Amino acid sequence: MDRNQSHRQVATMKQSLFDQGYLDHEQFNQLEELQDDANPNFVEEVVTLYYRDSARLVHSIEQALEKSPIDFNKLDSYMHQFRGSSSSIGAKKVKAECSLFREYCRAGNGEGCMRTFQQVKKEYTALRKKLETFFQLARQAGPVDRARRPK
Amino acid sequence: MNPSNGRGVVSSVSSRVSRKSSETVPDQFPVGLRVMVVDDDPTCLMILEKMLRTCKYEVKRCSRAEEALSILRGNSNGYDVVISDVHMPDMDGFKLLEQVGLEMDLPVIMMSADDSKSVVMKGVTHGACDYLIKPVRIEALKNIWQHVIRKRKNEWKEVEQQSGSADDGQPKQSEDGDYSSSVNEGSWRNSKRRKDDDEDGEDRDDTSTLKKPRVVWSVELHQQFVGAVNQLGIDKAVPKKILELMNVPGLTRENVASHLQKYRLYLRRLSGVSQHQNNLGSPFMNPQDPGYGPLSNLNGIDLQTLAATGQLPAQSLANLQAAGLGRAAIAPKSRIPIPVVDQRNLFSFENPKLTFGDTQQQPQHLNNGGKQINLLHGIPTNMEPKQLVNLHHQGNSIPAVQSVQSVHNGSYQPQSRVQQPMGNYNPVSHTSPMINFPLSSSAELRSNIYALPNNPAKGGFPEDVTSEMKGSTPGFVPSYDIFNELNHQQKVHDWELQNVGLTFNATQQANNSIDVVGTSIVGSPHQAFPSSSQGSGLSRNASVVHANNNNNAISMGQHHMSNNNFYHENNPVRVKLETPLFPEQFGQDDLMSALLKQQQGGIVPAENDFDFDGYSIDNIPV
Repeated sequence: MDRNQSHRQVATMKQSLFDQGYLDHEQFNQLEELQDDANPNFVEEVVTLYYRDSARLVHSIEQALEKSPIDFNKLDSYMHQFRGSSSSIGAKKVKAECSLFREYCRAGNGEGCMRTFQQVKKEYTALRKKLETFFQLARQAGPVDRARRPK
Repeated sequence: MNPSNGRGVVSSVSSRVSRKSSETVPDQFPVGLRVMVVDDDPTCLMILEKMLRTCKYEVKRCSRAEEALSILRGNSNGYDVVISDVHMPDMDGFKLLEQVGLEMDLPVIMMSADDSKSVVMKGVTHGACDYLIKPVRIEALKNIWQHVIRKRKNEWKEVEQQSGSADDGQPKQSEDGDYSSSVNEGSWRNSKRRKDDDEDGEDRDDTSTLKKPRVVWSVELHQQFVGAVNQLGIDKAVPKKILELMNVPGLTRENVASHLQKYRLYLRRLSGVSQHQNNLGSPFMNPQDPGYGPLSNLNGIDLQTLAATGQLPAQSLANLQAAGLGRAAIAPKSRIPIPVVDQRNLFSFENPKLTFGDTQQQPQHLNNGGKQINLLHGIPTNMEPKQLVNLHHQGNSIPAVQSVQSVHNGSYQPQSRVQQPMGNYNPVSHTSPMINFPLSSSAELRSNIYALPNNPAKGGFPEDVTSEMKGSTPGFVPSYDIFNELNHQQKVHDWELQNVGLTFNATQQANNSIDVVGTSIVGSPHQAFPSSSQGSGLSRNASVVHANNNNNAISMGQHHMSNNNFYHENNPVRVKLETPLFPEQFGQDDLMSALLKQQQGGIVPAENDFDFDGYSIDNIPV
């Protein structure tokens, strides 16, 4: 019962993350599909890795934005990486802000880039919090019994 | 094999161990498909790896392209397919694509979050088998095995046609206009190659081995080739016509086609970045390269005149012309990644300057001594000693690089399979020896086999070719004998060495151990290789090779193994792979497949030969 409740909680939270657009349900589901007995916390591991790795990208972007004049090519390149990474975990809002950023970047609009980047960071941080909560719930709920394709 | 083996293999994954292809359970395919995935993004890499494992593939992940390359080089048969990201900090994904295609002839799948048309097109032009948009779905990965099959199938088809096993000695039909069909090849070759084929008959049946006799491009042969090309004009030089002009019995259109392809790539590389290149947008084509610049200018010069005066060796002229044509001439076709870039990177930092400089300034130079000029001929010719050094660094283990054969009169034997090494021309190894040796001791030259690459001993290589040969040759399989040029003066029979060298390649290992078979030969009293001694020389090589062979010499080496079957004529030699000399290294199948793959490289592109000139892909606005 408890377990079911916990699982339901997890499912609900996940659904709300999808509904609110934080997460791309297709991509996130893909990640969950990859989770199995050998890697029961795969999704959490991936997300953790993402946040760890992207931290340095965020830092690089910030530094690049502070330079004068701004090297838009480099910025674009960083952002491309960041966007790719974010999309791989299904970070929808973050990805959207990244795309916007890249447009400003291509237009050479430093102001626009800076503004957008604040948005990117905001979404990025918000998502992290949500995911942390989510994973906590998930861990508490325990592994989900679900049909898996035969290995 | 039983299924459990397959499973076992899968679980041992990500290993760098070279797996014999035979370990892959055919009927379980694509289970156990060996995938190398390269991406600088650790998140993506983790996800991809997991997805691939879920598909029951064996996965090896790399976050850096260089690392991936060295692993691949060190284990030529260890992987079936490569998946690579486009944007990577240490090396552009397209460059990796080219190199892998050239050296190992593996199917490469590109992926990127960037789905813009231009980038996807770039993937196509560089020969990627597929292009995946990130985030990659597991469904997309499930089907990547098709690319492996397709590639093998193409190779197989080529082999069949060539071997003429399907044909029964039909009279030469190459007169028909369809030179893109390799059927003619097979039939035409049939008569001549029949006996060769017979010996390989049993091997041919083995689909997984795709063995093909190799044509050794001796100096004279190459001279003939270049002469024919010049006669036709680089624009009009199509394999069929070249073949006819050359009139060499036993040479197939395919041999010519693949050789032509390499030649064009080589010329392209020499010409540096031309406007075409720029259009192509290849990152590695650096238009700024001063070395190339002059060459283009040279076009304006009377190359013809130069050639006419005999100042410019025909080959040089061809090169120059090709250069003038710009890279477009060698537009990469799907199968053949443009090695130019690789070559350039590998070798040439200065080569272009060197070579061009020579050409431009003193035509007479070309003749004499063109060592450089000569180098031009060979595809990988730009190897200067310094390059050697450079190459060492870069090319580690480019096995196939080029048979340094020194040049017997410019005979380089571009083993078709050498294609892969094309990219690698490790000039380093080549040039050095060549230059050092020039014309004097054939013995040294013979050691063309300098297995280039992998030999970090930078200086070592050129300096002492002979000594190096003994032990150090990086396994490289020279496809072209750049040194041929150098050895213009060398005796023709040097090419025998080449063969030897070939065997070497097999042995060579990226580990800097240069198993130059040739070297061994060189050292031996046999040095003068008379044809008669070939056999012995070869056997010597074999033994040498064995000793040094670490294997990977990647297919190239393997091909050579068949020194037993060398024909040492001064004709293109067909090297048949009989039994791999180094069975311990690779299974025969591996060799075959490696051989085939390499051949494949040669073959496939051949069909694209004609497209080069008209290859306006560079100009496609994207």
